[in-house]
Amino acid sequence: MTPLVNPITLFFASILTSNILLANFLGMCSFISISKDMKSANGLGLAVTVVLTITSAINWLILEYVLIPMDLLYLRFIIFIIVIAAIVQILEMIIDRVSSALYMALGIFLPLITVNCAILGVSLFLEIRNYSFLQSVIYGLGSGLGWWLAIMALAAIRKKVEKAPVPAGLKGPGITFIIIGFMAMAFIGFSGMLSVQ
Amino acid sequence: MSQSSAGAVFKENIWTNNPIFIQVLGICSALAVTNLLSNTLIMTIGVVFVTGFSNLTVSLIKSLIPRKVRMMVQTLIIAFYVIIVDIVLRAYLPEISRNLGPYVGLIITNCIIMGRAEAFAQSNPPVISLWDGITSGLGYMGVLMVIAFFRELLGFGTLFGFQVLPETFVPWTIMVMAPSAFFFLGLIVWIGKSIMNRSGAAA
Repeated sequence: MTPLVNPITLFFASILTSNILLANFLGMCSFISISKDMKSANGLGLAVTVVLTITSAINWLILEYVLIPMDLLYLRFIIFIIVIAAIVQILEMIIDRVSSALYMALGIFLPLITVNCAILGVSLFLEIRNYSFLQSVIYGLGSGLGWWLAIMALAAIRKKVEKAPVPAGLKGPGITFIIIGFMAMAFIGFSGMLSVQ
Repeated sequence: MSQSSAGAVFKENIWTNNPIFIQVLGICSALAVTNLLSNTLIMTIGVVFVTGFSNLTVSLIKSLIPRKVRMMVQTLIIAFYVIIVDIVLRAYLPEISRNLGPYVGLIITNCIIMGRAEAFAQSNPPVISLWDGITSGLGYMGVLMVIAFFRELLGFGTLFGFQVLPETFVPWTIMVMAPSAFFFLGLIVWIGKSIMNRSGAAA
């Protein structure tokens, strides 16, 4: 489709205009439940970015050199999810060995990431859009950063909203969705500058 | 919850414990497909199928799965059914399969399915688990169809692709774009919760 998107354009587009969360709705579950305070939002954002970059690279290699040559494309869902689960597990062990401070910050978020739809979603987009290796890694990194940016912004807004008088039925998830709606509108505002599909 | 009757499970999953507006699960794939009614219908039928049968399978083999690896096994069971849905869609509805794009695959990470397998199928007999999965899927379908109804009506002036509003109607472009899905979901959560708060206060 668009095999020759400039990597720099792709990087910024995946952060801003086609933000994985606000334009493609991926990774909502943990986005809603973790965005209550800035500290955990930050930890989760970092963890998602790291895992997303690594998995998009590995899944691209597997797709290109294993699944397509062997004509096993229909197994991609299972393979991708196993790769993601394995990487999360390995990363958890490495972080545990290398730095216990980092483990304390990230440890509890890592298992959550396996079921984060953004990770699997990015791997599936790579396949559908026929990205090259470089584009895939850039897209993974950019999407992770975009997700991180969005969750930090939402956590900050939610802190303010806690003190605001909100109707009883709208408290919690209701008002959060409406805030996300406004954020999505703001991000769409960037689409005049860049657009990558 | 161990002795749940079919009726109680139905009511709980469709209304009092609806996966979307009470538990706020499975939003990821929910919003992207709600711009057209036909896409939503196909997608949610897929979800009902996967939830029902993965619940049934998990319940049937629950005593064989070691506790430590059960998440992995559940994921594989779910992935197996999602692949079936994907292949069937590609074969019979290639048009819709292309529209849905990656979101069919994302049924795997739909938290509703995993949630039901973990919370219900792990501790209940097979038949009621199948029923629980199907009704959870239907509760999900109900909410999505309402959102899709308004988004398609206002965004394109059509329902299931048929023109219903007069030609003079100016489509609201925002309805086709991402933010409107969030607004509608917020409104539905609001309405659902308010009704529930009121009936809770009356009881």
